[in-house]
Amino acid sequence: MRLTTFQKALWAAAGLACLAYGTWVLVADPATPPRAEAAFRPVFSLPDAEGRIRTEADFAGKHLLMFFGFTSCPDVCPTTLSEVAQVMDDLGSDADKVQPIFISVDPVRDRRLGLAAYTSAFHPAILGLAGDEVQTRAAAESFHIYFERQDDPAAPDGYTMSHSPALYLIGPDGDWLRQFAYGTPASDILNDLRSRL
Amino acid sequence: MRTPILAALLSLVGLPALACETFTIGNLMIEHAWSRATIGAERPGVLYVEITNTGSADDALVGIATPVAGMPMLHETVVTDGVASMPHAMSVPVPAGQTVALAPGGYHGMLMGLTTTLKEGEGFPVTLTFRDAGEVTVPVEVLSMRAEGPDCEHAGQ
Repeated sequence: MRLTTFQKALWAAAGLACLAYGTWVLVADPATPPRAEAAFRPVFSLPDAEGRIRTEADFAGKHLLMFFGFTSCPDVCPTTLSEVAQVMDDLGSDADKVQPIFISVDPVRDRRLGLAAYTSAFHPAILGLAGDEVQTRAAAESFHIYFERQDDPAAPDGYTMSHSPALYLIGPDGDWLRQFAYGTPASDILNDLRSRL
Repeated sequence: MRTPILAALLSLVGLPALACETFTIGNLMIEHAWSRATIGAERPGVLYVEITNTGSADDALVGIATPVAGMPMLHETVVTDGVASMPHAMSVPVPAGQTVALAPGGYHGMLMGLTTTLKEGEGFPVTLTFRDAGEVTVPVEVLSMRAEGPDCEHAGQ
Protein backbone atom coordinates (compact mmCIF):
# COMPACT_ATOMS: atom_id res chain seq x y z
CA MET A 1 0.00 0.00 0.00
CA ARG A 2 1.39 3.36 -0.98
CA LEU A 3 0.48 6.39 1.04
CA THR A 4 -0.01 9.74 -0.57
CA THR A 5 1.83 12.71 0.91
CA PHE A 6 -1.45 13.89 2.34
CA GLN A 7 -2.03 10.52 4.04
CA LYS A 8 1.51 10.58 5.44
CA ALA A 9 0.89 14.02 6.82
CA LEU A 10 -2.32 12.81 8.43
CA TRP A 11 -0.54 9.86 10.06
CA ALA A 12 2.19 12.16 11.29
CA ALA A 13 -0.41 14.50 12.77
CA ALA A 14 -2.17 11.58 14.46
CA GLY A 15 1.13 10.38 15.92
CA LEU A 16 1.91 13.84 17.23
CA ALA A 17 -1.55 14.09 18.77
CA CYS A 18 -1.04 10.77 20.59
CA LEU A 19 2.32 11.95 21.89
CA ALA A 20 0.85 15.25 23.03
CA TYR A 21 -2.03 13.51 24.75
CA GLY A 22 0.33 11.08 26.49
CA THR A 23 2.48 13.94 27.70
CA TRP A 24 -0.58 15.82 28.92
CA VAL A 25 -1.81 12.75 30.83
CA LEU A 26 1.59 12.36 32.47
CA VAL A 27 1.97 16.03 33.30
CA ALA A 28 -1.60 16.49 34.47
CA ASP A 29 -1.48 13.50 36.84
CA PRO A 30 -4.39 14.32 39.13
CA ALA A 31 -3.00 12.31 42.02
CA THR A 32 0.11 14.46 42.37
CA PRO A 33 -0.16 16.17 45.74
CA PRO A 34 1.19 19.67 46.21
CA ARG A 35 4.83 19.62 47.18
CA ALA A 36 6.17 21.66 50.04
CA GLU A 37 8.63 23.49 47.85
CA ALA A 38 10.07 26.78 48.91
CA ALA A 39 7.78 29.66 47.99
CA PHE A 40 5.01 27.61 46.45
CA ARG A 41 2.34 30.29 46.43
CA PRO A 42 -0.99 29.17 45.04
CA VAL A 43 -3.27 31.90 43.79
CA PHE A 44 -6.96 32.37 43.15
CA SER A 45 -9.21 35.07 41.76
CA LEU A 46 -12.87 34.26 42.25
CA PRO A 47 -16.09 36.13 43.01
CA ASP A 48 -17.76 35.85 46.40
CA ALA A 49 -21.53 35.59 46.83
CA GLU A 50 -21.92 39.33 46.16
CA GLY A 51 -19.86 39.15 43.00
CA ARG A 52 -16.76 40.87 44.36
CA ILE A 53 -13.53 39.32 43.08
CA ARG A 54 -11.44 38.01 45.95
CA THR A 55 -7.79 37.00 45.64
CA GLU A 56 -5.18 35.65 48.01
CA ALA A 57 -3.75 39.17 48.23
CA ASP A 58 -6.91 40.33 50.05
CA PHE A 59 -5.95 38.12 52.98
CA ALA A 60 -2.26 38.94 53.33
CA GLY A 61 -1.23 38.60 56.97
CA LYS A 62 -3.78 35.88 57.70
CA HIS A 63 -3.58 32.13 57.57
CA LEU A 64 -5.95 30.71 54.97
CA LEU A 65 -7.72 27.40 55.50
CA MET A 66 -8.81 26.43 51.99
CA PHE A 67 -11.24 23.75 50.89
CA PHE A 68 -12.50 22.86 47.41
CA GLY A 69 -15.95 21.27 47.36
CA PHE A 70 -19.55 21.61 46.28
CA THR A 71 -22.71 22.21 48.23
CA SER A 72 -24.67 19.22 46.88
CA CYS A 73 -22.09 16.95 48.44
CA PRO A 74 -23.83 15.06 51.26
CA ASP A 75 -20.94 13.52 53.14
CA VAL A 76 -17.38 14.79 52.62
CA CYS A 77 -18.07 18.53 52.39
CA PRO A 78 -20.36 18.90 55.44
CA THR A 79 -17.98 16.77 57.47
CA THR A 80 -14.99 18.93 56.58
CA LEU A 81 -16.86 22.23 56.95
CA SER A 82 -18.08 21.07 60.37
CA GLU A 83 -14.49 20.52 61.40
CA VAL A 84 -13.47 23.93 60.05
CA ALA A 85 -16.35 25.51 62.00
CA GLN A 86 -15.23 23.75 65.17
CA VAL A 87 -11.66 24.97 64.62
CA MET A 88 -12.88 28.56 64.17
CA ASP A 89 -14.94 28.36 67.38
CA ASP A 90 -12.07 26.83 69.34
CA LEU A 91 -9.54 29.42 68.12
CA GLY A 92 -11.34 31.98 70.27
CA SER A 93 -9.60 35.35 70.14
CA ASP A 94 -7.17 34.06 67.48
CA ALA A 95 -10.01 33.37 65.05
CA ASP A 96 -9.49 36.70 63.27
CA LYS A 97 -6.01 35.54 62.24
CA VAL A 98 -7.46 32.68 60.19
CA GLN A 99 -9.70 32.99 57.13
CA PRO A 100 -11.50 29.79 56.10
CA ILE A 101 -12.39 29.76 52.38
CA PHE A 102 -14.64 27.33 50.49
CA ILE A 103 -14.04 27.29 46.73
CA SER A 104 -16.86 25.73 44.74
CA VAL A 105 -15.90 23.17 42.09
CA ASP A 106 -19.57 23.22 40.99
CA PRO A 107 -19.95 27.00 40.74
CA VAL A 108 -22.97 27.40 38.47
CA ARG A 109 -25.20 25.09 40.50
CA ASP A 110 -23.82 26.37 43.81
CA ARG A 111 -24.60 29.97 42.91
CA ARG A 112 -28.13 28.93 41.99
CA LEU A 113 -28.60 26.97 45.23
CA GLY A 114 -27.04 29.72 47.34
CA LEU A 115 -23.44 29.61 48.45
CA ALA A 116 -23.42 32.10 51.34
CA ALA A 117 -26.42 30.53 53.08
CA TYR A 118 -24.64 27.19 52.91
CA THR A 119 -21.24 28.27 54.21
CA SER A 120 -22.70 30.48 56.94
CA ALA A 121 -24.85 27.59 58.18
CA PHE A 122 -21.57 25.99 59.24
CA HIS A 123 -19.81 29.14 60.40
CA PRO A 124 -20.26 32.82 59.53
CA ALA A 125 -16.49 33.21 59.10
CA ILE A 126 -16.34 30.80 56.15
CA LEU A 127 -16.11 32.69 52.85
CA GLY A 128 -17.64 30.94 49.85
CA LEU A 129 -16.21 31.67 46.39
CA ALA A 130 -17.72 30.50 43.10
CA GLY A 131 -16.27 31.62 39.79
CA ASP A 132 -16.70 30.57 36.21
CA GLU A 133 -15.14 27.50 34.63
CA VAL A 134 -11.90 29.29 33.72
CA GLN A 135 -11.42 30.93 37.14
CA THR A 136 -12.21 27.67 38.93
CA ARG A 137 -9.81 25.63 36.79
CA ALA A 138 -7.10 28.24 37.30
CA ALA A 139 -7.48 28.13 41.09
CA ALA A 140 -7.50 24.33 41.15
CA GLU A 141 -4.41 24.12 38.98
CA SER A 142 -2.62 26.66 41.12
CA PHE A 143 -3.35 24.56 44.22
CA HIS A 144 -2.50 21.37 42.30
CA ILE A 145 -5.89 19.96 43.14
CA TYR A 146 -8.16 17.81 41.05
CA PHE A 147 -11.84 17.95 40.37
CA GLU A 148 -14.02 16.42 37.73
CA ARG A 149 -17.67 16.35 36.84
CA GLN A 150 -19.00 12.81 36.73
CA ASP A 151 -22.19 12.06 34.87
CA ASP A 152 -24.53 10.03 37.05
CA PRO A 153 -28.12 9.61 35.89
CA ALA A 154 -29.21 8.86 39.47
CA ALA A 155 -27.69 12.04 40.93
CA PRO A 156 -29.49 15.38 41.20
CA ASP A 157 -29.24 17.20 37.80
CA GLY A 158 -27.61 14.06 36.39
CA TYR A 159 -24.10 14.60 37.71
CA THR A 160 -21.90 14.67 40.75
CA MET A 161 -18.36 15.89 41.37
CA SER A 162 -15.26 14.03 42.43
CA HIS A 163 -12.65 16.26 44.03
CA SER A 164 -9.59 16.49 46.26
CA PRO A 165 -11.07 16.55 49.77
CA ALA A 166 -8.10 17.83 51.78
CA LEU A 167 -7.82 21.17 53.59
CA TYR A 168 -4.94 23.42 52.55
CA LEU A 169 -3.17 25.83 54.85
CA ILE A 170 -1.68 29.00 53.34
CA GLY A 171 0.57 31.19 55.46
CA PRO A 172 0.29 34.95 56.06
CA ASP A 173 2.82 35.63 53.29
CA GLY A 174 0.96 33.43 50.79
CA ASP A 175 3.19 30.37 51.11
CA TRP A 176 1.60 26.96 50.90
CA LEU A 177 2.31 25.47 54.35
CA ARG A 178 0.69 22.05 54.42
CA GLN A 179 -2.42 20.05 53.80
CA PHE A 180 -4.68 18.32 56.29
CA ALA A 181 -5.85 15.01 54.85
CA TYR A 182 -9.58 14.42 54.75
CA GLY A 183 -10.71 13.17 58.15
CA THR A 184 -8.06 15.02 60.20
CA PRO A 185 -9.78 15.73 63.54
CA ALA A 186 -10.58 19.38 64.31
CA SER A 187 -8.38 19.17 67.42
CA ASP A 188 -5.32 18.27 65.32
CA ILE A 189 -5.95 21.17 62.94
CA LEU A 190 -6.46 23.48 65.92
CA ASN A 191 -3.19 22.41 67.56
CA ASP A 192 -1.27 22.91 64.33
CA LEU A 193 -2.76 26.38 63.84
CA ARG A 194 -2.11 27.41 67.44
CA SER A 195 1.55 26.46 67.07
CA ARG A 196 1.80 28.92 64.15
CA LEU A 197 -0.24 31.89 65.42
CA MET B 1 -52.94 13.68 90.91
CA ARG B 2 -49.82 11.68 90.38
CA THR B 3 -49.94 11.67 86.62
CA PRO B 4 -49.32 15.41 86.09
CA ILE B 5 -46.43 15.27 88.55
CA LEU B 6 -44.95 12.27 86.77
CA ALA B 7 -45.38 13.99 83.44
CA ALA B 8 -43.72 17.12 84.77
CA LEU B 9 -40.82 15.09 86.10
CA LEU B 10 -40.45 13.28 82.80
CA SER B 11 -40.41 16.54 80.88
CA LEU B 12 -37.70 17.84 83.20
CA VAL B 13 -35.59 14.75 82.74
CA GLY B 14 -36.17 14.86 79.02
CA LEU B 15 -36.73 11.92 76.74
CA PRO B 16 -33.68 10.28 75.26
CA ALA B 17 -32.91 11.54 71.78
CA LEU B 18 -34.34 9.37 69.02
CA ALA B 19 -30.91 8.60 67.64
CA CYS B 20 -29.91 7.06 70.97
CA GLU B 21 -32.61 4.41 71.00
CA THR B 22 -31.83 0.87 69.94
CA PHE B 23 -34.02 -1.13 67.54
CA THR B 24 -33.67 -4.79 66.76
CA ILE B 25 -34.67 -7.12 63.99
CA GLY B 26 -33.58 -10.72 64.31
CA ASN B 27 -29.95 -10.63 65.35
CA LEU B 28 -29.40 -7.07 64.17
CA MET B 29 -29.26 -4.05 66.48
CA ILE B 30 -29.88 -0.67 64.86
CA GLU B 31 -28.61 2.43 66.66
CA HIS B 32 -27.66 6.05 66.11
CA ALA B 33 -29.75 6.75 63.03
CA TRP B 34 -29.17 10.41 62.27
CA SER B 35 -29.10 12.92 59.47
CA ARG B 36 -27.97 16.49 58.92
CA ALA B 37 -30.28 19.43 58.55
CA THR B 38 -30.59 20.76 55.00
CA ILE B 39 -31.15 24.22 53.57
CA GLY B 40 -34.25 23.67 51.47
CA ALA B 41 -34.89 20.40 49.66
CA GLU B 42 -32.77 20.86 46.52
CA ARG B 43 -29.56 19.40 47.85
CA PRO B 44 -29.39 15.73 48.85
CA GLY B 45 -29.63 14.75 52.49
CA VAL B 46 -27.64 12.09 54.24
CA LEU B 47 -28.36 9.08 56.44
CA TYR B 48 -25.99 7.62 58.98
CA VAL B 49 -26.71 4.58 61.19
CA GLU B 50 -24.89 1.84 63.07
CA ILE B 51 -25.80 -1.82 62.69
CA THR B 52 -24.51 -4.54 65.00
CA ASN B 53 -24.88 -8.17 63.97
CA THR B 54 -25.02 -10.23 67.17
CA GLY B 55 -25.72 -13.44 65.26
CA SER B 56 -23.46 -16.05 63.75
CA ALA B 57 -24.45 -15.48 60.12
CA ASP B 58 -23.43 -12.63 57.84
CA ASP B 59 -26.10 -10.28 56.58
CA ALA B 60 -26.10 -7.17 54.41
CA LEU B 61 -27.97 -3.88 54.16
CA VAL B 62 -29.35 -3.93 50.63
CA GLY B 63 -31.68 -0.95 50.51
CA ILE B 64 -33.11 2.11 52.21
CA ALA B 65 -36.47 3.82 51.78
CA THR B 66 -37.96 6.92 53.37
CA PRO B 67 -40.96 9.14 52.68
CA VAL B 68 -38.70 12.23 52.77
CA ALA B 69 -36.69 11.23 49.69
CA GLY B 70 -37.79 10.16 46.23
CA MET B 71 -34.51 8.44 45.52
CA PRO B 72 -32.54 7.23 48.51
CA MET B 73 -29.42 5.24 47.68
CA LEU B 74 -26.51 3.64 49.46
CA HIS B 75 -23.20 5.27 48.65
CA GLU B 76 -19.66 4.97 49.84
CA THR B 77 -17.19 7.82 50.00
CA VAL B 78 -13.92 6.54 48.60
CA VAL B 79 -10.69 8.52 48.64
CA THR B 80 -8.32 7.16 46.00
CA ASP B 81 -5.01 8.87 45.24
CA GLY B 82 -6.18 11.97 47.05
CA VAL B 83 -9.48 12.27 45.18
CA ALA B 84 -12.85 11.69 46.84
CA SER B 85 -15.67 10.16 44.88
CA MET B 86 -18.97 8.60 45.90
CA PRO B 87 -19.71 5.38 44.05
CA HIS B 88 -23.03 3.65 44.60
CA ALA B 89 -22.84 0.76 47.02
CA MET B 90 -25.03 -2.14 45.97
CA SER B 91 -25.06 -3.33 49.56
CA VAL B 92 -23.28 -2.77 52.85
CA PRO B 93 -21.92 -5.99 54.41
CA VAL B 94 -22.96 -6.64 58.02
CA PRO B 95 -20.67 -9.53 59.02
CA ALA B 96 -21.54 -11.83 61.92
CA GLY B 97 -20.40 -10.48 65.27
CA GLN B 98 -19.45 -7.06 63.92
CA THR B 99 -20.70 -3.49 64.02
CA VAL B 100 -20.91 -1.63 60.75
CA ALA B 101 -21.27 2.13 60.77
CA LEU B 102 -22.71 4.25 58.03
CA ALA B 103 -20.71 7.25 59.21
CA PRO B 104 -19.11 10.44 57.85
CA GLY B 105 -16.40 9.61 55.34
CA GLY B 106 -17.54 6.06 54.61
CA TYR B 107 -20.78 4.34 53.78
CA HIS B 108 -23.80 6.62 53.91
CA GLY B 109 -27.33 6.82 52.66
CA MET B 110 -27.68 9.60 50.09
CA LEU B 111 -31.20 10.98 50.20
CA MET B 112 -31.85 12.43 46.76
CA GLY B 113 -35.08 14.05 45.71
CA LEU B 114 -35.94 15.34 49.17
CA THR B 115 -39.65 16.00 49.54
CA THR B 116 -39.09 18.40 52.42
CA THR B 117 -36.43 20.43 54.17
CA LEU B 118 -34.79 18.38 56.90
CA LYS B 119 -35.02 20.57 60.00
CA GLU B 120 -32.80 20.22 63.03
CA GLY B 121 -34.66 18.62 65.92
CA GLU B 122 -37.19 16.90 63.70
CA GLY B 123 -37.15 13.32 62.58
CA PHE B 124 -38.24 11.02 59.80
CA PRO B 125 -38.62 7.27 59.42
CA VAL B 126 -36.31 5.16 57.31
CA THR B 127 -36.91 1.55 56.33
CA LEU B 128 -33.75 -0.51 56.19
CA THR B 129 -33.90 -3.66 54.09
CA PHE B 130 -31.52 -6.47 54.99
CA ARG B 131 -30.79 -9.40 52.70
CA ASP B 132 -31.70 -11.99 55.33
CA ALA B 133 -33.22 -10.23 58.32
CA GLY B 134 -35.79 -8.38 56.23
CA GLU B 135 -37.13 -4.88 56.80
CA VAL B 136 -37.10 -2.68 59.85
CA THR B 137 -38.30 0.92 60.11
CA VAL B 138 -36.45 3.18 62.54
CA PRO B 139 -36.73 6.89 63.36
CA VAL B 140 -33.91 9.13 62.15
CA GLU B 141 -33.03 12.21 64.17
CA VAL B 142 -32.13 15.35 62.22
CA LEU B 143 -29.13 17.01 63.85
CA SER B 144 -27.53 20.35 62.98
CA MET B 145 -25.57 20.79 59.75
CA ARG B 146 -22.44 20.90 61.89
CA ALA B 147 -23.19 17.67 63.75
CA GLU B 148 -20.63 14.89 63.58
CA GLY B 149 -22.87 12.34 65.30
CA PRO B 150 -25.52 11.98 67.99
CA ASP B 151 -24.50 12.79 71.54
CA CYS B 152 -25.44 9.53 73.27
CA GLU B 153 -23.71 8.39 76.42
CA HIS B 154 -23.06 5.01 74.90
CA ALA B 155 -22.41 6.27 71.37
CA GLY B 156 -19.30 4.83 69.84
CA GLN B 157 -18.54 7.81 67.64
